[in-house]
Amino acid sequence: MHSNKSAPDAAPPARTGFRAWLNHRTGLDDLLRITLDEPIPGGARFAYIFGSGLLFIFISQVITGIFLALYYVPSADHAHTTVAYITKAVTAGSFLRSLHAYGASAMVVVLFLHLSQTYIYGSYKGRRELLWLSGCMLFGLVLAMAFTGYLLPWDQRAYFATAVGTNAVSEVPWIGESIKRMMRGGTEMGTLTISRFFVAHVFFVPALIFALLASHIFLFRKAGAAGPVSEDPYHPKQKAEPFYPRQVLMDLSLTALLIAGLGLLCFFVPMKLGPPANPADAQYIPRPEWYYLPIFQWLKYWHGSAAIVGVLVIPTIIVMAILALPFLDHSVERRPWRRPIAMVAYAFVVLALLGLGLRSQYLDRHDPSVAQQLAKQKNEEDEYARKPFEPELSAASLAAANVTLADPLAAKGKTIFEANSCNACHGDGGVGTAAAPALIGVSAKLSPDQVAELFKHPTAKMTAGGMPPIDLPPDDFKALIAYVESLK
Amino acid sequence: MAESADRPGDADALPSLEDRRSFLGALLGLGSVFVGGLLSVPLIRFALFPLIRRTTELKSSPVGELNEFSSLAEPALKTIQIEQVDGWRKTISEKAVYVTKDSQGRLRVLSSICPHLGCTVPWNKEKNEFICPCHGATFAPDGSRVSGPSRRGMDTLETSVQDGQLQVRFQYFRQLVSDKEVIG
Repeated sequence: MHSNKSAPDAAPPARTGFRAWLNHRTGLDDLLRITLDEPIPGGARFAYIFGSGLLFIFISQVITGIFLALYYVPSADHAHTTVAYITKAVTAGSFLRSLHAYGASAMVVVLFLHLSQTYIYGSYKGRRELLWLSGCMLFGLVLAMAFTGYLLPWDQRAYFATAVGTNAVSEVPWIGESIKRMMRGGTEMGTLTISRFFVAHVFFVPALIFALLASHIFLFRKAGAAGPVSEDPYHPKQKAEPFYPRQVLMDLSLTALLIAGLGLLCFFVPMKLGPPANPADAQYIPRPEWYYLPIFQWLKYWHGSAAIVGVLVIPTIIVMAILALPFLDHSVERRPWRRPIAMVAYAFVVLALLGLGLRSQYLDRHDPSVAQQLAKQKNEEDEYARKPFEPELSAASLAAANVTLADPLAAKGKTIFEANSCNACHGDGGVGTAAAPALIGVSAKLSPDQVAELFKHPTAKMTAGGMPPIDLPPDDFKALIAYVESLK
Repeated sequence: MAESADRPGDADALPSLEDRRSFLGALLGLGSVFVGGLLSVPLIRFALFPLIRRTTELKSSPVGELNEFSSLAEPALKTIQIEQVDGWRKTISEKAVYVTKDSQGRLRVLSSICPHLGCTVPWNKEKNEFICPCHGATFAPDGSRVSGPSRRGMDTLETSVQDGQLQVRFQYFRQLVSDKEVIG
């Protein structure tokens, strides 16, 4: 009846039902408002789409990575089999693995675009040092993910590329050799290397990425969007437009492009798995993934005492210069055409990377022996990819088969063991039954002489269990002992 | 600006910015659900692979040519190779089985594992019986129980014939019970 019952005009209209209940419990609406109403000085632009594109690929990598772990086993004797199982046997396995592998490349590409946009737009300026630093560290971590993930399939390509990669580290003076050993889990590449790379790839580095990603986004919102190049990085003056809806739509267009591009690529050109790593293959020519080609080529130019310069000094200077950028460059100027030094430096680095990568490709193509070997390797990969999946023979079945092959005396003993019905109580292969204990592992506890003594004069306990003294011709007796000793 | 963030609810005559935003929001939500659903198809297929195909398999093992057993006078001991597929690995093991005939003269394959306590049962030619060396259970040539502690006869295995070859599926059975019961 009374109008003063209605809600005051100043308050936002109250929601009703489930949405109101949910918002009351979670504050979801506020969160959504904060996310979607992020002001963008100067309005939405396609130049700003790369950050959320990266976020999308990262989430895709996390999800596909978790699913791949359903079948993957990180050990030198199973890794390749399990990846072959994923690509050749499991439904949608080839597609998912391709999505994860190509996703890594897509990540590097979009990361480069994101970094370039930030650099060219001078968006690192205006109290954004920590934002820039966290971004640089994320770049490093993404490259670390690519490096550690590359080894996990344990095929020829993965094995040799990582062997070269870890070898390069040992060029660092004083501590290089130790770092290499730490990375490999020993002096050589092996099953411990896989364990280490696996733990780095799925636990350690992702944890760092999650933490740094959170701080990167937090610092970004704290500093605010930098806006166009004409904007003041400290005190934005241009009219702001909220993130939603136009910028969201622009961001989504990149996401849609990534989904379509990666989806088509994975469907029509699935990632290949090569033959299993063969460390003894002395002819294999290792080549890293494309984004590591410039570094690979660069390292070729530095040998002997000069290696320190190429492997350590110059890269350190470049990395330090990149990290220190927002601390060194305090000018408010963001327009690229007014920052000639910065732009020349950028062009130089990009052209150098491009040049090194192309040079590496050129050299491979114009050295007949290298080109031939690389073609052969590609052939072997294609050939392996066409073969159907072959399950791995378990260790248990090999052990049983090997006895007959390894020692003829033990092989003879096996037939005696069976002919005298020893297996009736001690089980086939000495695995043991309810009636008598297993003989496997006896050799670790008893010497052949001790076994012979027990065969001739069983203990009271053995006799009570039904074990008769063994009376055989000396040769057969010896063979039987050899067989029992071989049961491991 | 702060109020304008509140999207659905106001049913004004003119389509306000709010309405357009909420319509777009709903459209985007629907689109995301659709694309998300599409993207999860390979994930679901990947995870449900064990429901789509067999991931574990006990293959049947060849025992020998059929005509080899046509004039079988007594149970013949045969060593078979059992191939067991377990996901991406397989185990090949050897087992001893007896090929014998049932009362109607049809081929029958027996596990050599005693249903009493699992000892390997040898064929005793003189007594024309299977006699378990552990606790003395005895079985007729066709595997049926004669005497001793075993509560059932020797276990028959599933057989099939493929291209004139006798095939058998080896399985383990629970011991100490009167009914044949597959383990695992």
